Amino acid sequence: MPDLLIELFSEEIPARMQAKAAADLQKRVTDGLVEAGITYAGARAYSTPRRLTLTLSDMLARSPDLREERKGPRADAPEKALEGFLRSTGLTKDQLELRDDKKGQTYFAVIDKPGRPAADIVAEVLEDTIRNFPWPKSMRWGAGSLRWVRPLHRILCITYDEQGTEIVPVTVDHITSSDITEGHRFMAPGEIKVTSFEDYEAKLKKAHVVLDAQERADHIWADATSMAFAQGLEVVDDKGLLAEVAGLVEWPVVLMGEIGEQFLDLPPEVLQSSMKEHQKFFSVRNPKTGRIEKFVTVANTETPDNGATILAGNQKVLAARLADAVFFWENDLRIAKEGMQPWLDSLGKVTFHNKLGTVADQIDRIAALSREIAPVVGADADAAEKAARIAKADLASEMVYEFPELQGIMGRYYIERAGEAPEIAAVAEDHYAPLGPSDDVPTAPVSVAVALAEKIDKLTAFWAIDEKPTGSKDPFALRRAALGVIRLVLENNLKLSILAALSSESLTKQVTELGKTLLSDVSSKIEEIQKRLSDPNYVWTVLGGTREDKEKELADLKIRREEVGSILSNYQTWFPQIPSDLLSFFHDRLKVYLRDQGIRHDVIDACLAMPGNDDLTLLVKRANALSDFLKTDDGENLLQGFKRANNILSQAEEKDGVEYSYGADVKFAETDEERALFKALVDADAEITPAMQDEDFAKAMTAMAALRAPIDAFFEAVQVNADSATIRRNRLNLLSRIRTICLSVADLTRVEG
Amino acid sequence: MASQTTTPRSFQEIILRLQAYWAEKGCAMLQPYDMEVGAGTFHPATTLRALGSKDWTAAYVQPSRRPTDGRYGDSPNRWQHYYQYQVIIKPSPPDLQDLYLGSLEAIGIDMKMHDIRFVEDDWESPTLGAWGLGWEVWCDGMEVSQFTYFQQVGGHDCHPVSGELTYGLERLAMYVLGFDDGNEMPFNAPDAPIPLTYGDVFREAEAQYARWNFDVADTDTLLQHFKDAEAECARILEQPADDPKTGRRIVMAQPAYDQCIKASHVFNLLDARGVISVTERQAYIGRVRALAKACADAFVQTDAGGYAA
Repeated sequence: MPDLLIELFSEEIPARMQAKAAADLQKRVTDGLVEAGITYAGARAYSTPRRLTLTLSDMLARSPDLREERKGPRADAPEKALEGFLRSTGLTKDQLELRDDKKGQTYFAVIDKPGRPAADIVAEVLEDTIRNFPWPKSMRWGAGSLRWVRPLHRILCITYDEQGTEIVPVTVDHITSSDITEGHRFMAPGEIKVTSFEDYEAKLKKAHVVLDAQERADHIWADATSMAFAQGLEVVDDKGLLAEVAGLVEWPVVLMGEIGEQFLDLPPEVLQSSMKEHQKFFSVRNPKTGRIEKFVTVANTETPDNGATILAGNQKVLAARLADAVFFWENDLRIAKEGMQPWLDSLGKVTFHNKLGTVADQIDRIAALSREIAPVVGADADAAEKAARIAKADLASEMVYEFPELQGIMGRYYIERAGEAPEIAAVAEDHYAPLGPSDDVPTAPVSVAVALAEKIDKLTAFWAIDEKPTGSKDPFALRRAALGVIRLVLENNLKLSILAALSSESLTKQVTELGKTLLSDVSSKIEEIQKRLSDPNYVWTVLGGTREDKEKELADLKIRREEVGSILSNYQTWFPQIPSDLLSFFHDRLKVYLRDQGIRHDVIDACLAMPGNDDLTLLVKRANALSDFLKTDDGENLLQGFKRANNILSQAEEKDGVEYSYGADVKFAETDEERALFKALVDADAEITPAMQDEDFAKAMTAMAALRAPIDAFFEAVQVNADSATIRRNRLNLLSRIRTICLSVADLTRVEG
Repeated sequence: MASQTTTPRSFQEIILRLQAYWAEKGCAMLQPYDMEVGAGTFHPATTLRALGSKDWTAAYVQPSRRPTDGRYGDSPNRWQHYYQYQVIIKPSPPDLQDLYLGSLEAIGIDMKMHDIRFVEDDWESPTLGAWGLGWEVWCDGMEVSQFTYFQQVGGHDCHPVSGELTYGLERLAMYVLGFDDGNEMPFNAPDAPIPLTYGDVFREAEAQYARWNFDVADTDTLLQHFKDAEAECARILEQPADDPKTGRRIVMAQPAYDQCIKASHVFNLLDARGVISVTERQAYIGRVRALAKACADAFVQTDAGGYAA
């Protein structure tokens, strides 16, 4: 069975697109082949900056012959039915077979679909793949209409086996397939003829092309780390950068260079960002001091001077970049040391969201909320408010403008330089955390207070303007914010009423105020424009806006006034609902979070139905205890006993139209089992009630487990629906005590099984 | 790609070598456009000629102005007036990358010693309603050119596609000549009877323009210029295609486009004067783009734009 080799050779493919493109090539081609009946043993795809490559091993040489039988109309059916059948099968009447069927003589069509050579199918599938390739962005070039990520130059497409190699003829616009590729652009230009994948891979390597991106990445990492190690240094790990750099070169040559002495005092994060974003350099750190002292760059070529010229050029470019960074850093430090007020002022002009005011407004809300939350998390209220007021100051700094990913990190440096305590400075970075599910959660109380306030404010504010996540759309990352709150609460073991935090007076007041301010702003602008439009003496200039501009602006403002007005009127009805609506959003996120930890959804539901479900720590403690309990034998059996009791009771209550909830008396007990159950319930109650008060759910459930045997024995020996009405009522009231005790721990009716 | 070329000795020698190279490759050697522009792309030889079905090729130096980049002649690598070298070929030839690399060799960059890379960079000009895909070209980690396949100009799909090369001449020359401070690099030959540096030629003017751009330019006058250019552009394009005097069909796309260039430059000046707020900025860019689109619409109605009656 033959093997297949395909290479699509083009001008430089963006590094970030290569891996997915190789996977797409494999998927599209193999899907197409398999659908047409060509199966194969193995497939692998590769990418370099200039090529996408796919190889298949042991492919069928022909697609299998297929015979399809289709049943048609009966022999005595109307002529029309037969005509229709002939049309749909593409056969003539004498090609049909008449066979005996249950209902009499019936026409059958037997259609033979002979197999086709794999090469024909490959050609069709490949052309279709090229023409419909899912590039994130594609282009045309020259006078053609074909689209590719950058101009496509060659299509190599061959099949080969022991007998030899054949070119699969494919023509896409002006490009015709061949068995030819090219080597490294500078080190081995020119055509290379290949006969198989092994031949291709080996010849490419000789022509200074490493085909496998992983091999290039491994090579880069091995060389970089050993160069650094030789000087007692270490390379800062960066998988994303490594993958990107491996996509920028066909022949990686690793070079290590110096960072000028005058730049070494920049914060390491700044050095790292500048080198990575602009130059794709790896940072090299001194493990003893933590300082970034050198860089690693990866060239695409070997030179007679072993890269000396290349390295010198790169160092020069880096020096110019870092000179800019020093300029930003020094300007920023000047403002930081004076207390950062100009930044805070300018945040009053930066829009947070056009319905939610400026970043300064956002900071005010967070500061007030941080104060309220502080005592609950054991933080000083003044410290929390102070930290919240300056935590976002760096958003207005020059460095963060240049490197947005340094937000928070620069804040920490600047707040320290402003003379604040480290715990206040840490909040700049911490209050965004946790960002991802594996991100560390802050533990310092002041950080926790502000981090909670930041997220709760965000959720409430976006809920207030009805911008909730829907389906896969969550543009403001509100799900992440809710998960952040959940993790902050759980991992710090906080006793925090989410409902109380969401209903915070300051939050409600501020969001409402915000709406009113917006409305009055819009209204006064409208008045101003209307005045101008009705003034016959007004001189129109471009600076002030033309008359048409103002008329358009007026129309826009009127729409806006309506929007803001409707938000405001919603506050009357909608705002009171926000906390409970948000609480159920939290519960949904919590379910996802707990499910990932192996807790069943019905177990979570059983706990959510209990009072105090806005105390997440309590909720999770209960869910964990219940989950563990149900995994035990006693737990599982008790659940069955409870369900049985509950079913009998519910049916009786429905039938009798009363609720049996009081007055079971041991004096009406007839059997030992009944008396034993009475005693067990009293004993269990005596243990469960104090345990629940201590929130010791495990202890409560252990006590509940002790009910298993008496309940089982009771049902074994006793008929609840006794002839005597008194005895029956007494037994139903006994069952009711089981229900009450069990339901005090969790809503077991919601547990499945 | 054997390289036998020597290293150039002056800024002008780099320009002359690029001129000789692209002339030899068959480009029409045009001169700079006689208006103030922000980049070489604004030259009608690029913007307008990228439109329509007719083949086209040109290369030229374009003095360009970015008022906000003014540093009073004190910066080693920023000037409000600078040079771009621009090459446009339509349809883009299949060997455009090789032609480009040849031009680097021509100015003394030896491919055996340097690391040349094509790094993804999609080009977009919001004021021209234009975009394309391509790369920034790196030489030893430094961006030395922009390489773009135009996909759209003035809102029109480009058919055929033009290949556009833009060299930032100062930065390229500093690298090739080995100067960290651009003002110190020789403008003419260092052993000429009267040797001049780049700073000798431009530093004084840089200071003068920086002062005017940032503090003196009269904003009311500029705003009026913007409005006038906008109005005149619209008025030109409103004229019927048939000229009543000559009886010929004359669509005045290029005079209208001149007004678009003017509006764009006035906008840049206003920006440097700091009188344009963030929200207004978008509105002004939109107004210039509207002009560019209207001019592009007109150009495809001309013979040069491939119009056939």
